[in-house]
Amino acid sequence: MANKTAVNEHHGFPWKHLIGFVLSIVLTLFALWVALGTDLSLTWILIIIFGFAFLQAALQLLMFMHVTENSTKSNLTSRVQIGNILFAAFVAIVIVIGSVWVMTAGHAKHDKHDEPKTENQENHGEHESH
Amino acid sequence: MKWDEFFVTGDPLIYGADVSIVLTMVGILFYLTKFKKWKWLWDEWLTTVDHKKLGIMYIVSAVLMMFRGGVDALLMRAQLAVPEANFLDSQHYNEIFTTHGTIMIIFMAMPFLIGLINVVVPLQIGARDVAYPYLNAVSFWTFFIGAMLFNISFVIGGSPSAGWTSYMPLASNELSPGPGQNYYLLGLQIAGIGTLLTGINFLVTILKMRAPGMTLFRMPMFTWSSLVTMVIIIFAFPILTVALVLMTFDRLFGSHFFTLQGEGMDMLWANLFWLWGHPEVYIVILPAFGMFSEIISTFSKKTLFGYKAMIWSMLLIAGYSFLVWVHHFFTMGSGAVVNSVFSITTMAIGIPTGVKIFNWLFTMYRGRIEFTTPMLWSLGFIVNFVVGGVTGVMLAMAAADYQYHNTYFLVSHFHYVLIAGTVFACFAGLIFWYPKMFGYKLNERIGKWVFWIFTIGFNVCFMPQYFLGLDGMPRRVYTYSEESGWGPLNMVSTIGGFMMGIAFVILVYNIYYSFRFAKRETTGDAWNGRTLEWSTPSPMPPFYNFAKIPEVTGLDHFWKQKQAGKVEKLKAEDIKKIHMPSNSGVPFIMASFFFVAGFGMVFDWMWMGIAGMIGVFGTLIYRSFEYDDGYYVSVEEVIETEKISK
Ligand code: HEM
Ligand SMILES: [Cu+2]
Repeated sequence: MANKTAVNEHHGFPWKHLIGFVLSIVLTLFALWVALGTDLSLTWILIIIFGFAFLQAALQLLMFMHVTENSTKSNLTSRVQIGNILFAAFVAIVIVIGSVWVMTAGHAKHDKHDEPKTENQENHGEHESH
Repeated sequence: MKWDEFFVTGDPLIYGADVSIVLTMVGILFYLTKFKKWKWLWDEWLTTVDHKKLGIMYIVSAVLMMFRGGVDALLMRAQLAVPEANFLDSQHYNEIFTTHGTIMIIFMAMPFLIGLINVVVPLQIGARDVAYPYLNAVSFWTFFIGAMLFNISFVIGGSPSAGWTSYMPLASNELSPGPGQNYYLLGLQIAGIGTLLTGINFLVTILKMRAPGMTLFRMPMFTWSSLVTMVIIIFAFPILTVALVLMTFDRLFGSHFFTLQGEGMDMLWANLFWLWGHPEVYIVILPAFGMFSEIISTFSKKTLFGYKAMIWSMLLIAGYSFLVWVHHFFTMGSGAVVNSVFSITTMAIGIPTGVKIFNWLFTMYRGRIEFTTPMLWSLGFIVNFVVGGVTGVMLAMAAADYQYHNTYFLVSHFHYVLIAGTVFACFAGLIFWYPKMFGYKLNERIGKWVFWIFTIGFNVCFMPQYFLGLDGMPRRVYTYSEESGWGPLNMVSTIGGFMMGIAFVILVYNIYYSFRFAKRETTGDAWNGRTLEWSTPSPMPPFYNFAKIPEVTGLDHFWKQKQAGKVEKLKAEDIKKIHMPSNSGVPFIMASFFFVAGFGMVFDWMWMGIAGMIGVFGTLIYRSFEYDDGYYVSVEEVIETEKISK
């Protein structure tokens, strides 16, 4: 089949993958340590692990997902690639921003029982994230 | 843990199930040994990477799961037939609706559709297999093992009972103690790996392995619908994976993502579940749409009306499907703004769906319609699915949904879309492509009986449920009082349910009957088809599918060739050696290790979970160092195969 040649294309040791793999595990363990093993304030913990999360995403895209590979092969392939990236961004934004919005608007706020009520409860429209 | 906690005891139904499981196992082992079928089983099925065989195994598993889920359904209907019945107690009833829902969506609908996609899509695009045949086997076996793990729960350890939605805090250790809920988490997690891999595999297959000349806009509609489905799978399933992991952590390792204590957010589970869950309902409906498109066009003898409109509406649905999830929990109280936004997006998603309905109607308009069984199912789909869609739009109005939510009205809605949509499509597709898979058609006369009994039974069963819902009957109750006045309609509904059960039995009988008596097909074109899968000369395609890869010149290529009298005859000099992937037993073994790992985690036996995972990684490492580029089928062998089958 056509992928016969593709199989034999990559030679040499897959350093890129190995480094990516190790780094992604290190980042995860680090995040775990920051959250459980330090006594930083909640805000700082959040900032740090969010930072790690972005690093992690970038790492995955660079090391495994061929994001820099610009296809000169065919028009279709690169259009598919761009469409894919745009859709991925769309879904990621919907998941994150959508969840924050839905979970913090209206009465759903009361869901976090043991937190003191935030003022300004009626403001469920344009929410700035907190 | 004592043995009577390990095995479920004390219920005659369960003992009956124990006995029948043991008998079936013994029967199978005896058959395999007596007729020396072990090697055949291993060589032909357990190690296969052939998309057609994997597809058939998917479908067989799905039919078995349909049986299991169907028995669950009938047990529930029996309990609800009359008020204050004592057939099932509340715990038992809860377990049954949980396994029913989970099995029907995850282990019946998905594998049935993925099975048909496996069999048909590579043939429709003129490919010899999928892009990653080995991965395809991993997909099937992880699905199968996940399904088995989930299914043994009712005899070993006890079934989950928090609903297929498993809302927190109901699904937490405090309110659902014991291994039951862990079966849900691990079974779905393992099967989900398979689904995700299928998504990647078929996306690449469809994008990269089409026959020369088949541009994207010349692909058959079923292939298009599969492509869009795969995109949704790739983006939606990771959400489920993460949510399941978090809940598993909550239950096994004491974290507080969704718990009530420790600042957990119980409703975040519902939020994540439906972020996956709504795309999921489109995952199970889009391939159905694709199949109906093929069938309606074939039996109207016309090109599909509005081909491009169909595609754009599917792409729109794929995008929209990620924007409506809150309609499943309007009553959570996110406020008027959130609810209004999601009301509007939900109603909007009805528009592309409506576009498709009109396209099917226009395809039939002035066509020479042939009323075969697959076509009957398709017509039944159009009529009944519209009822589900209209009630969906009713539910989409947030204010009104406060009334309908979690009543039988909702139950009826999703059965109208899932049964009249997905299940009708599975039947239609199975019957339509049956001759491609097995070389003969299912008996049409019996098939039409099945259609009528099932469709009438379906309406008798679910139409009353709309009215029960409007009357206030909540879903997921195991009994109700005489005074509620819900008795008569429930009795009617139960009768309908049993009619569907009877139809299923006749369908299975038809498989046996046709195996014995059906006329064997002589050509590969049993229905006078339009797309490439019907162009393989033999009734069943040989394992390499196409001796010569076709050159495609337009939509409905094969049909046009036939009309022009230009169907190519295969010539010996056209044949070149064919490169094919080798079989492998590793996927099966890997999945077995997943079973060990999953089972260990279900019972919180970490040594067993770790041992299983070591096995899984072992097989992964083994595979990484395996250099197998497949093999070549010689020209002589191809010529010989083609002659036999001509
Ligand atoms: C016209 C398109 C549709 C609309 C507007 C729609 C709308 C809705 C709404 C608003 C709900 C939530 C109601 C409630 O919980 O109170 C719902 C539930 C549901 N819908 Fe639909 N729907 C549509 C099509 C479909 C399709 C095509 C499927 C699947 C094939 C489907 C499957 C389901 C399921 C499974 C549930 C309920 C699940 C549960 O709570 O257990 N729907 N639908
Ligand atoms: Cu939905």
